[in-house]
Amino acid sequence: MIKLEPRGERSKTMAYLSPVLAILLTMLTGLILFTVLGVAPWEALVTIVYMPISDTYGMAELAVKATPILLCAIGLSVVFKAQIWNIGAEGQLLMGGLFGSYMALQLLDVEGGWVLPIVLLAGMVGGMFWAGIAALLKVKFNTNEILTTIMMNYIALNILLWAVHGPLKDPEGYNFPESAMFSDSSILPILIDDTRIHFGLALALLAVVAVWVLMSRAFMGFQIKVMGLDSGAARLSGFKDKKLVFFALLLSGALAGLAGVGEVTGPIGQLIPSISPGYGYAAIIVAFLGRLHPVGIVLATLLMALLYMGGEMAQINLGLPLALTDMFQGMLLFYLLACDVLIGFRLRWISNRPGTQGNSTAPSQPMTSVSTGAK
Amino acid sequence: MDIDLITNVLYAMVRTGTPLLIVALGELICEKSGVLNLGQEGMMLMGAVVGFIVTLTTGSLMLGFVLAMVAGVLMSLIFGVITMELSANQVATGLALTIFGTGLSAFIGAGYVGKPIEGLDPIYIPVLTDLPIIGRMLFGQDLLVYLSFVLFAGVYWFINHSRPGLILKAVGENPHSANAIGLPVFKTRYLAIMFGGAMAGLAGGYLSLAYTPLWVENMSAGRGWIALALVVFASWKAERVLLGAWLFGLASILHLVFQGMGFAVSPNLLAILPYLATVVVLVILSSNQSRSRLVAPMSLGKPFHAKS
Repeated sequence: MIKLEPRGERSKTMAYLSPVLAILLTMLTGLILFTVLGVAPWEALVTIVYMPISDTYGMAELAVKATPILLCAIGLSVVFKAQIWNIGAEGQLLMGGLFGSYMALQLLDVEGGWVLPIVLLAGMVGGMFWAGIAALLKVKFNTNEILTTIMMNYIALNILLWAVHGPLKDPEGYNFPESAMFSDSSILPILIDDTRIHFGLALALLAVVAVWVLMSRAFMGFQIKVMGLDSGAARLSGFKDKKLVFFALLLSGALAGLAGVGEVTGPIGQLIPSISPGYGYAAIIVAFLGRLHPVGIVLATLLMALLYMGGEMAQINLGLPLALTDMFQGMLLFYLLACDVLIGFRLRWISNRPGTQGNSTAPSQPMTSVSTGAK
Repeated sequence: MDIDLITNVLYAMVRTGTPLLIVALGELICEKSGVLNLGQEGMMLMGAVVGFIVTLTTGSLMLGFVLAMVAGVLMSLIFGVITMELSANQVATGLALTIFGTGLSAFIGAGYVGKPIEGLDPIYIPVLTDLPIIGRMLFGQDLLVYLSFVLFAGVYWFINHSRPGLILKAVGENPHSANAIGLPVFKTRYLAIMFGGAMAGLAGGYLSLAYTPLWVENMSAGRGWIALALVVFASWKAERVLLGAWLFGLASILHLVFQGMGFAVSPNLLAILPYLATVVVLVILSSNQSRSRLVAPMSLGKPFHAKS
């Protein structure tokens, strides 16, 4: 029989191999699933992973889809490193979209190069405000951030719906729940002609580099990493843990907010009820799949963006439900968590004779555990 | 406020609180064993969609409820295997279960959105139903609401007055000591996880078969998460879970009360109330740190490795 045997120390190779293994297992499960559903499995796989990016238009759309996911995920990589479970990127993204839209609608008749930066800034403030509430509650009252950030996702969605059905609705829009179209001054410029790739992608890539520098070169990044590994040691070293919690959460909130305002001032051009199909949740999977590392996150973002496009393609060409994307996302995370066991353990064939198991020492966990509310 | 309004509000409060009560009782048992399963939302949605499809195709509500529970249990077993056999992080795995359950339920339910079924009918109890104020609240409900009363009593008795309940608590407080004196830690935790799954599935089935007899993508609307907060709110005590579930039921139907009293407030803003109430309650409870540390099961969320 197969036994799990502790390695003693974490395997670096397996840490990088595990995501690849998880992707392969997800594809394999997909092939089996398609066969069961009576869809030609190979055709389905090609439809999902190849067809969306088989031409330059598709490649450009991949970059457009990747932009908000990348912004959310790179921000999450910082909080997750600090062992803060911000599940609220989705709500922070929505608030960014809402704040940005409000500003853009206030400046409808204004022209000038400073309009767009103000709108983007408003979006980032929206995301920071939303994440800041969770940070404040965590620091002041020790409230569990998982539950608060989740609840605030639902609150943000309802506030956005209220705004788009009420105060921000286009008065000349025939009562549709949509805002007026933003003026050209509030719209992100297109980066590459004849595509929808907008300036937001440049900002996202800039954010990736900035976070990379922060986490590998800056003292702040070092403090965040230490706090994540051992909060007691961080406190003993004199690190201001409350300040670090605020910094990490506000940073990830700002980037998620930028993702939101980038959508409304980019491909959408106005405020609508559905500005995100769950990019903030997908970003959680991206952050884990990318091992919280900038390069890994960029690669994982492209995969997740492809999965969104593949889901749409499968709906059009094969008549499969759009929820295919969410299902595969969840499956991918399961496989990743399961494969991650191989970082701390190795598989070993063991004959069934008793007394052959060695002494086991519990390996270090990839992530320490948290408890609800009370801690 | 007249008597009729109060009677109706109390009735709707219990009815709306019922899915919360059922799923929170399951999570309570699960957390008592030291396991934190954040996948309630995903298991509820799977229960809802499976129950709905089964009832729509077979015409049997009972079969629908049973298979909704089976769906919940199967989902919880994925969580169980990954966290127990592979010692994966419970928070991340629970989150994965919710994302997966949301996607899978939407996937298999895509062809069933908006189809009508006959929902569960209320069962009136002669004389008692006509009692003023509390008559409809306690005796004018459907079978699942009555079942939730029984489930509550059962869980209360199990935790406080039974021997297996004592084992459950011992495992949750200190699995290593429990293991040392020969208590089956893994088996207890598996059973607790499966009970949590069954209850989440049943609560989901209640949503799609009784509360609003139809299937819509994501129809649990965060109830699984609210239930997690409820268990914290209840300080891991069954009687407070009941109280909390009904209070949250009340928070969810306040918009009806406001409408009944003639206020015009945006339905979207009123929909915020239960989520906002959850945050407020969490803040109040967690601000008293030493107290909350004492009432939570000691090993909650921590993986257990049996030393061989």
